[in-house]
Amino acid sequence: MASRRRKKRKVFSPVYLTLVLIILYLPILMVVIYSFNSGRTIGAWQGFTTNWYTRLFNNALMADALKNSLILAGLSAGFAGVIGTLGAIGLAHGHIRGGNVIESLATLPMMIPELVLGMAYLAVFTAVGFKLGMTALVLTHTTFCVPYVFINVKSRLVGMDPAIEEAARDLGASPMRVLRDITLPLIMPAVVSGMMLAVAMSIDDVVISFFVTSAETTTLPLKVYTGLRSGGTPEINALSTLMLGAIFIVVGLSQLLRARSDKKLYASK
Amino acid sequence: MAHNRTLEKADARRNMLFVLPMTLFAVVLVALPLIYVLGTSLVESGQDFSLGATFTLNNYKSLLRADYLQVFFNSLKLAFFTTVLSFIIGYPFGYCMARASRGWKALLMMLVIIPFWTSALVRIYGWKILLQANGPINAVLRSLGLIEKNIKFLGSYGSVLLAMVYCMISFMILPCHSAVDKMDFTLVEAARDLGSKPWKAFIDVTLPLTMPGILAGCVLVFVPSVGIFYLADIMGGGLVLVGNLIRDQLLKVRDWNTGSAMSMVLILITAGIYLVYRKSGGDDLGVF
Repeated sequence: MASRRRKKRKVFSPVYLTLVLIILYLPILMVVIYSFNSGRTIGAWQGFTTNWYTRLFNNALMADALKNSLILAGLSAGFAGVIGTLGAIGLAHGHIRGGNVIESLATLPMMIPELVLGMAYLAVFTAVGFKLGMTALVLTHTTFCVPYVFINVKSRLVGMDPAIEEAARDLGASPMRVLRDITLPLIMPAVVSGMMLAVAMSIDDVVISFFVTSAETTTLPLKVYTGLRSGGTPEINALSTLMLGAIFIVVGLSQLLRARSDKKLYASK
Repeated sequence: MAHNRTLEKADARRNMLFVLPMTLFAVVLVALPLIYVLGTSLVESGQDFSLGATFTLNNYKSLLRADYLQVFFNSLKLAFFTTVLSFIIGYPFGYCMARASRGWKALLMMLVIIPFWTSALVRIYGWKILLQANGPINAVLRSLGLIEKNIKFLGSYGSVLLAMVYCMISFMILPCHSAVDKMDFTLVEAARDLGSKPWKAFIDVTLPLTMPGILAGCVLVFVPSVGIFYLADIMGGGLVLVGNLIRDQLLKVRDWNTGSAMSMVLILITAGIYLVYRKSGGDDLGVF
C-alpha cells in the first residue's frame, strides 16, 4: 500500500516539477531565440542572424546605457555593501537603543511598492532642488540595495557561534583586531552574495530609475522598457539577452558562493 | 569586571558608529520621502508640503469617485486571483521540491531562484513573443489542427493574469517549500496508519502544519501584486490598475496631491495586510 503510494508520487512529482520549470524558462528562452531572428519585428521566425548584436554594439546610445548601468550597479552595490555590513555588525547583538526602528526603516524599501518610493524620491528631489540623474540614481539604488546586504550579513552574524569572537577576545585581541581577523572573514561570503544580489537588483530596476533619472541619463532596463512599450524589436531582444546573461552569471556565482560557505559553516560545527 | 565594562562601552560606541551610515540613509532616503508624500497628500491641491500650506483631507475625499474605486477594486481583484493561482500552482511545486532528494533539492532551488532575480520586464517580453498572434503558441495549436484562426491572446485578462502569476510565483514556492521541508512527516504516516485516506491526511495534517508557509507566500504575492504598474501596460488590453493611476496622476495630470493620497492608500493597504498577518501569528518576512 505504502509502496504503491510512493510509486504514484514518484511519477507525479518529477513530471509536475519539470512541467512548471519548462513554463518558467520557456519565455526566457524565447527572448534569447528571437534575438537571432532575422525578421525586422518580433513576429514570425524568418531565419538566423547575429546582425542585431552587431547593431547593438555599434549603437552609441546603447553603449552609453550599458556604461551607465554598470557604473550604477557597481557604485550602488559597493556603497550598499559597506553600509549594510557595518549596519549589520552594529545591530547584530541588539545593544543599540532604537535598533529595531532603524532596522525596520532600512529594510522598508523591500516591503513597500517601488512605485510609491519612486514617486516619493521624485517629489522630494524636486522640492529641495536636487538634480536628477546619475547621483540621484546612485543614492536611491544604494537605498534599496542596503536591505539585501544587511539581511544576508545579519542572518550570518546571528547564526555565528559567539564563542569564536569571545575566544579571540579572551586571548587579548583588540575589538578592531577581532573584527578584522575573525568577524569579517567569517561574514565575507554573506557580504559578497548580498552585494551580488544588490548588483542584480540595481541592474534590473525600472520603476525607481524611471522616476529619478534625467533625460540625458538612461540605463539598460529603461531602454528595454521604452522599447517594449513601442512593441519590441529584435534589437531589444539582443539587449535583453545580454542582460539575462549578466544576471545569470551574477546570481549563479552568488548561489554557488552561498552553497559553498554554508557547507563550510556546517562542516565547522 | 571593570575592564569588561570599558570594553562593552567601547563596543557600544563602535556599534553606534557602524550603524550611523545606515541610519542616515534610513532617515534621509526612506523616512523623509515617505513623510513628504504623506504631507503632500494632506495639503490643499496644487500646494507643496510646507509650513504655510493649508491642511485638508480633500485629496482623500476626492478618491471616493466611482471610477477611482473601480481601479482600486481592479487591482485588488487581480492581486487576489494572482495569489490564488500562485498557491494552486506553487504549493504542489514547493511540496514536490521539499520531498525530492537532497541533491535534486539544491538544483531545483537554484532553478527557481534564477528567474526570480532576472528582470520581470524581460520575462514578460518572452510571454509577449510566445502569445503574439503569429507567435509560437498559435503556430503549434494550428499545426495540431486545434484552431483554424490565430487566437488573440495578448491584451486579454487571462494574459495579464498569466504574466502576474508568472512574475510572482517564486514568492509562493519558496516559503511553501521551506514549510513542507520543516514538517515532520511521521505525523502524516501516523494519520495514514490510523486509517485516514491520503486526501484526508493531507487536509487534516499537512495543510494545517504548513499553513505558516502558505500565509507567508500569500502575503508575499499579494502585496507586490497590488502595486505593480508596468505589467498590464506591456501585455496590453488597457486594464487600469492603481499603479497606472498613480503614475498618470503624477506624470500626465500632474496632480501630486491626489497622486500622494493614492500612494498613501496603497501603503495603508500594504501595511494593513502585514499587520493582520503579523497579528495572526505570521512569521517575520524579512528573511526567506
